[in-house]
Amino acid sequence: MNRRQERRSYAIGYGLALALTLLVFALVGFDLLPRRSTLWVAGVAAVMQIVVHFRFFLHIRLKGQTREDLQLILFTTLLLLLMGGGTIWIMTDLSRRM
Amino acid sequence: MSSRHPGLNLGEAHGAAHEAAEKEVFGFWVFMMSDAILFGLLFATYVVLQGNTNGGPGPSDLFEIPSVLIQTVLLLTSSLTAGLAQLAMKHALGTRRIVIWLLISLALALSFIALEVRDLLTMISKGGIPEASGFLSAFFALIPLHGLHVVAACLWLLALLGQIARYGLDDAVKTGMLRLGILWHFLDIVWIGIFTIVYVGGLA
Repeated sequence: MNRRQERRSYAIGYGLALALTLLVFALVGFDLLPRRSTLWVAGVAAVMQIVVHFRFFLHIRLKGQTREDLQLILFTTLLLLLMGGGTIWIMTDLSRRM
Repeated sequence: MSSRHPGLNLGEAHGAAHEAAEKEVFGFWVFMMSDAILFGLLFATYVVLQGNTNGGPGPSDLFEIPSVLIQTVLLLTSSLTAGLAQLAMKHALGTRRIVIWLLISLALALSFIALEVRDLLTMISKGGIPEASGFLSAFFALIPLHGLHVVAACLWLLALLGQIARYGLDDAVKTGMLRLGILWHFLDIVWIGIFTIVYVGGLA
């Protein structure tokens, strides 16, 4: 990639991230959707924005990596899902039974 | 080696620094991911405790959406300008340009910190102190820790500016810049989790 393409890639990432952020804040600020739908949209938007940041700012890609960055990040994500998800699952289940 | 890592990097033109960056940047990624685990567990703790307000103030009494939005945009914009500093370094556009982008990123991050501290003080004045409830204990474990990370990143940026002033753009400064870039973007990613789970989750 040449300089102009790289700069444009940062601009695209910034635009996408900003759009996702504003969408979520608009939903909350103007109370546009019921709580449950807002949380779903916010969750999906957050995952999308995290992917945007990794792709456009940190330049992590699916192909052409010579370093194991992507594997490292995916493994960490797996650990986070197991530990974070497990904690939330067990604790909410416990509080329901108490 | 011709096919080098396409990620946050220096490019072939940087020679030895480019070679060194391969190992050092990957090592820093490992460190960042261990930090991600720390934040992840604090997020899980927060999600578990968020409903336990113990009769004290809850999210809707304490959080202000406009201020959180401004903080989010400040941090996001500083990610962009920090990235432009990386590009200026990679394409050798001159030290001046790198320093200007770094200073803009620093100013944005400091504004973020100032707003965050202001919000935390407002919360405390409304009775939202860490010992008031499980919700607030978890909140104060998570948000100020992220803030401290941002402060540390700002100090590191200042140290790098000092190194640039003293030694110029040598190899150590270049790989330092790459690592600072990873930390900077990483903290912005953690903030996405914070505004989604803590603020949007609390106010939706």
